[in-house]
Amino acid sequence: MKIVYNGEMDERQGKAVLGETIPAILESDPDAIYLDADLMSCIGTLKYGQQHKDRAIDCGIAEANMAGVAAGLAMAGFKPIIHSFGIFASRRCFDQIFLSGGYAKNDITVLGSDPGVTAAMNGGTHMPFEDVALYRVIPGSTVLEPSDPTCLISLLKQCVNHPGIKYLRVGRKSMARIYADGSELPIGKATVLRDGTDAVIFAAGIMVHEALQAAASLEKQGISAAVVDCYSIKPLDAEIVIAMAKKTGAAVVAENANRHGGLYSAVLEVLAENCPVPAANVSVEDEFGEVGTQGYLQQRFGLTAEHIEAQVKAVIARK
Amino acid sequence: MDQQEVKALKALAVRIRLATVEAIHSIGSGHLGGALSIGDVLAVLYGREMNIRVDDPTWPERDKLVVSKGHAGPGVYGTLAVKGYFPYEELKTLNKNGTRLPSHCDRNKTPGIDVTTGSLGQGTSQACGLALGDRLKGRKDRVFLIVGDGEMDEGQCWEAFSFAAAHKLSNLVVLIDWNKKQLDGMCDDILPMGSFKEKMEAFGFDTVQINGNDVEAIAAALERTRQGGDKPYAIVLDTVKGAGIEEVANTVMNHSMPVNDEKYEKWTGELKKELAELEG
Repeated sequence: MKIVYNGEMDERQGKAVLGETIPAILESDPDAIYLDADLMSCIGTLKYGQQHKDRAIDCGIAEANMAGVAAGLAMAGFKPIIHSFGIFASRRCFDQIFLSGGYAKNDITVLGSDPGVTAAMNGGTHMPFEDVALYRVIPGSTVLEPSDPTCLISLLKQCVNHPGIKYLRVGRKSMARIYADGSELPIGKATVLRDGTDAVIFAAGIMVHEALQAAASLEKQGISAAVVDCYSIKPLDAEIVIAMAKKTGAAVVAENANRHGGLYSAVLEVLAENCPVPAANVSVEDEFGEVGTQGYLQQRFGLTAEHIEAQVKAVIARK
Repeated sequence: MDQQEVKALKALAVRIRLATVEAIHSIGSGHLGGALSIGDVLAVLYGREMNIRVDDPTWPERDKLVVSKGHAGPGVYGTLAVKGYFPYEELKTLNKNGTRLPSHCDRNKTPGIDVTTGSLGQGTSQACGLALGDRLKGRKDRVFLIVGDGEMDEGQCWEAFSFAAAHKLSNLVVLIDWNKKQLDGMCDDILPMGSFKEKMEAFGFDTVQINGNDVEAIAAALERTRQGGDKPYAIVLDTVKGAGIEEVANTVMNHSMPVNDEKYEKWTGELKKELAELEG
């Protein structure tokens, strides 16, 4: 793993990465099988799906059935990957994922696209702020939110052979470039992207880029903030969380999700039990989503580098 | 099918009902009505139709049974015990702490249970996935799916049936237990479904409707489903909730019922008498 972050966006959009990675997985593993709920076009898999109807199954707009079919396929010896927008891939089929999948020990990889404010123009009905919380409470589940395309590829490939329910929260649009091509980001680990001494920012997904921007700005103001990419929200890398909290004595969590039940909660659970330090969050403050550009929505819900900066200063003041 | 085989299947159905009462009596009450209504179809499936290996319950090529109305677990456990998947005495552990026989079917707990069910509707999609997966793996087995009539209230059933027809899952046989009742009363008073036969035909199934408490009719209907083709099969089982035990069948609210010592003696006495006549 090599960090190459320089503040620029990756050339590859999430959609293109998924459109290449999913077929590559299917071609390399005859037991892998992909199901979608009429959204293949949205993640670049439609052409492959039309040409390989036994490997890529379009279930129509019926997410609950798709989840159950995936469970049945798992029993028949397949490794199903299912996709829908995050809202449908979580809320709409939660009981099916929970029981037919998790409880019945049928392993399924779930891709939930358009996390949080990245749902932008699809608006509040399509904006998942709660999907992380829902998936975290399924026993034995794995919850992942890649911060860049390389991280996405690495995690998706691991998911296929990882036990249990795996939820991968994936953006379809531009992401920052953080890792060198081919870097491996192991499930259960976190990456210290930037070291620091005054405070640590734990972030996931699009908020990793915001956190790095915030840290760079804080440095100019004489504040040393570390940044940790918590792409593995569950299991969370408690070792790194504890070490960085102890080292800096103050923590901020930045997440593109509701403050309840997501990465903030996960980090606080570790801190409370191991090394309580002043902590604050940059999250959606228990609200529903709404329509707008991603930039507008990040401002509207307080999910920017500036908001992170303010919270870093606030927690340092509480030391 | 000769009359000897008919008698043997009828006897198996009685044995399944005896085992079902045995299990539910051990804990005092349970989902008796809907377990009894499928006693005959369970007898034909396990006594004749399904290709299974009792000594190898996870054999990949076996025919699978998905009891989507998972609360009928005691009926299925009774069947599995009679077939020898586990000791008959184990039926008395139903719902007891640490048991392998939970109230609803669980594939990770009970030898012979193929699919975990209990949240109604969910077995339908799992059955579709199994049928599709087995076909893709080149297996020749079939998947039998028992669905309750009240369960058909769940929208997921209809999503799954659309999927089954779209994928031409002719290795899937849906058995609808049309026993006319659900937990709160008569299905027609709660959420009338109209004709299941017409609905399933409209959803693209090769459908027949038969007396679902008649082993001969069930055997004949199941035999029809062996021919493959490009449609999934549906058999509407016109059944009586509580079938096989007159007093239970005549009880209006029989979804879940107590089985005390007195009832146990009476009902098992009746069933044993019937068994003696069939096997005598």
